[in-house]
Amino acid sequence: MFFGKKKFRLAAMLAGGLLACSVFTGCGGGGDNAGGGDKPAGDEIVVGANFELTGNHAQYGANANNGFKLAIKEVNDAGGIGGKKIKIVEADAKSEAAESVNAATKLISDDKVVALVGPAVTANVIAESQVATDNKVPIIAPAATNPDVTVENGKVKPYVFRACFIDPQQSEVMAQFARKDLNATKAVLYLDSSSDYSKSLGKIFKEKFEADGGTVVMEEAFLAKDQDFKAALTKIQTANADVIFVPAYYEEVGKIVKQARELGITAAILGTDGWDDSKVVDIAGKDALNNTFFCTHYFEGDADVQAFIKAYQTEYKNAPNVFAALGYDAGKMLINAIEKGGNDSDKIRAGIEEIADLQVGTGKITMDAATHNPIKGIVVIENKDGKRDLRTKIAPVASEGAAQ
Amino acid sequence: MDFAHQLVQQLINGVSLGSIYALIALGYTMIYGIIKLINFAHGDVYMVGAYIGFAAVTIGNLPIFPALLISMALTALLGMLVERIAYKPLRHAPRISLLITAIGVSFFLEYASMYFVTPTPRTFPEVMPNTSFNLAGFVVNGQQLLIFGITIVLMAILTYIVQKTKLGKAMRAASFDTETAQLMGVDSDKVISMTFCIGSALAAAAGVLVGVYYNTIDPLMGIMPGLKAFVAAVLGGIGILPGAVVGGIVLGVVEALVAGFISSTFRDAAAFAILILVLLIKPSGLFGKNTNEKV
Repeated sequence: MFFGKKKFRLAAMLAGGLLACSVFTGCGGGGDNAGGGDKPAGDEIVVGANFELTGNHAQYGANANNGFKLAIKEVNDAGGIGGKKIKIVEADAKSEAAESVNAATKLISDDKVVALVGPAVTANVIAESQVATDNKVPIIAPAATNPDVTVENGKVKPYVFRACFIDPQQSEVMAQFARKDLNATKAVLYLDSSSDYSKSLGKIFKEKFEADGGTVVMEEAFLAKDQDFKAALTKIQTANADVIFVPAYYEEVGKIVKQARELGITAAILGTDGWDDSKVVDIAGKDALNNTFFCTHYFEGDADVQAFIKAYQTEYKNAPNVFAALGYDAGKMLINAIEKGGNDSDKIRAGIEEIADLQVGTGKITMDAATHNPIKGIVVIENKDGKRDLRTKIAPVASEGAAQ
Repeated sequence: MDFAHQLVQQLINGVSLGSIYALIALGYTMIYGIIKLINFAHGDVYMVGAYIGFAAVTIGNLPIFPALLISMALTALLGMLVERIAYKPLRHAPRISLLITAIGVSFFLEYASMYFVTPTPRTFPEVMPNTSFNLAGFVVNGQQLLIFGITIVLMAILTYIVQKTKLGKAMRAASFDTETAQLMGVDSDKVISMTFCIGSALAAAAGVLVGVYYNTIDPLMGIMPGLKAFVAAVLGGIGILPGAVVGGIVLGVVEALVAGFISSTFRDAAAFAILILVLLIKPSGLFGKNTNEKV
């Protein structure tokens, strides 16, 4: 009897699993390629939020998701768009490329979303972009800065957009900053070898820095989630470089800066938008963080971004980080596209492509139709005694994404 | 900085990293010694310990040593609870069931914590002054000394328990042959429970120290140290207490030297290459003899 019950349970679980599988393969086949383009039911516009809510990238995905939800909540509280409310269906990309595809497939075929926002991390967006293209559902990636997100083999992916600048721009800005502003001649690269983001930023920094007459004297690597960096830093110390370029995420960056200063490394440490989180100063300590610089999407002291920061503080009781800000921007872009008359996927796609001078959370942006990258400025921030100072502001320029 | 200077500095770095591996490896090795289970959840118990210490310091406003003790006590209870709920019902099941359950427990602890404390990393407040000493050009950190000191003290206490107390005698007997020990009147359930208790307390100590030293904790912080400590335990001879400590420190030093003199890219490759080499050449580990008594 006991055995029988157990077997029955097993069989039921198997059957359930098979059922779930058949749902996924059914839509993977691309049979219904009008997919999300169907008319939205009733008085709601259904959009999908596919973010990394669990796994290694959860801290980025969850923040971007919060920013996105805030943008949608604001428009719904103000009465929706043309009387219709926007409904978000959330799915978990689980910080894995395959899971990101599963989540996107589920959102498109089961929930019939007309557009997707997310995930946060480049690899997960690139994985999902094929599904979206096959089903003709537009994606806005809030924070994926790798050029390949919107461009494939030199051609722009028609349904994939982003809300941020791209990596080559960041590296060029920082390489130039190191050479011109800091007069550095010797640089060390310290990269996260588990992240494409970090490696591609490092490569472009090196090209640009050496083209401007500097030399990269040493390249070292670490892995995301490392705790101890002292061995590699001790080696880096022997290079006596003027600057150390660490294009990585804030958790590791905080620890690297702290341990570097403990070992007595006084060189300037430079980084990119992965640094943009208030946690860096908590982890590294404000004294250690002096003489460090990074480029990012917005400066929190700008008049343009105050409205967003205040709204986010009220909603979530903590300060937004850069992922939250970009998630919010992606939401604003989507809302703008829907307002321009699109409540099916193709009209939304066209609407995003035509975004011009739109006020989003982090400033004003215009969509570059040739690359699907927004044209927006970059700021270089200096950390000084635990505060952030605006060091330079680089005016908006179109990227050369499609040319590569 | 010349070669000799860098070498000494790397040895300092390596020993301080290695003492953390050693603390975690002790728990691994004890549990393996008693029930032949590679407890993959051990790294996550370490993570929970770090969070309890964090809560004691930030919410309870306690200084570091009471926080450390509270964390060790509560995490010890958690370890016993895990054993009672997840492993005890499988006492007579095939070894593989136990192993897979351990992986399940590991994921459960990771994602349950992620649900409760959110995936955002937390930063430890500065609970003790972080002074760096510059000894003839070598940088040694006060916290590094503290970690090393606590590791030695805990190791001494553990050796005392295992070698000199009745409980230790029972543990050694149970590890030698559980069933025979039972026939001799050893309550093996209690012994196993106590092993989890002590092993988890050690992991908690490591978790809190790591939180203080590296300043940040997050729900997935236990994965890599857990794996490294496993390598350390195998290197020293799994099931042998001094082996875990030596294995941990050797592993830390090897990592520092590889990162410093070859390339930091090969650091983890070197750590896991050690695992493969040990298993190929001397599966019983540095300290292992087939007839050795194990705990």
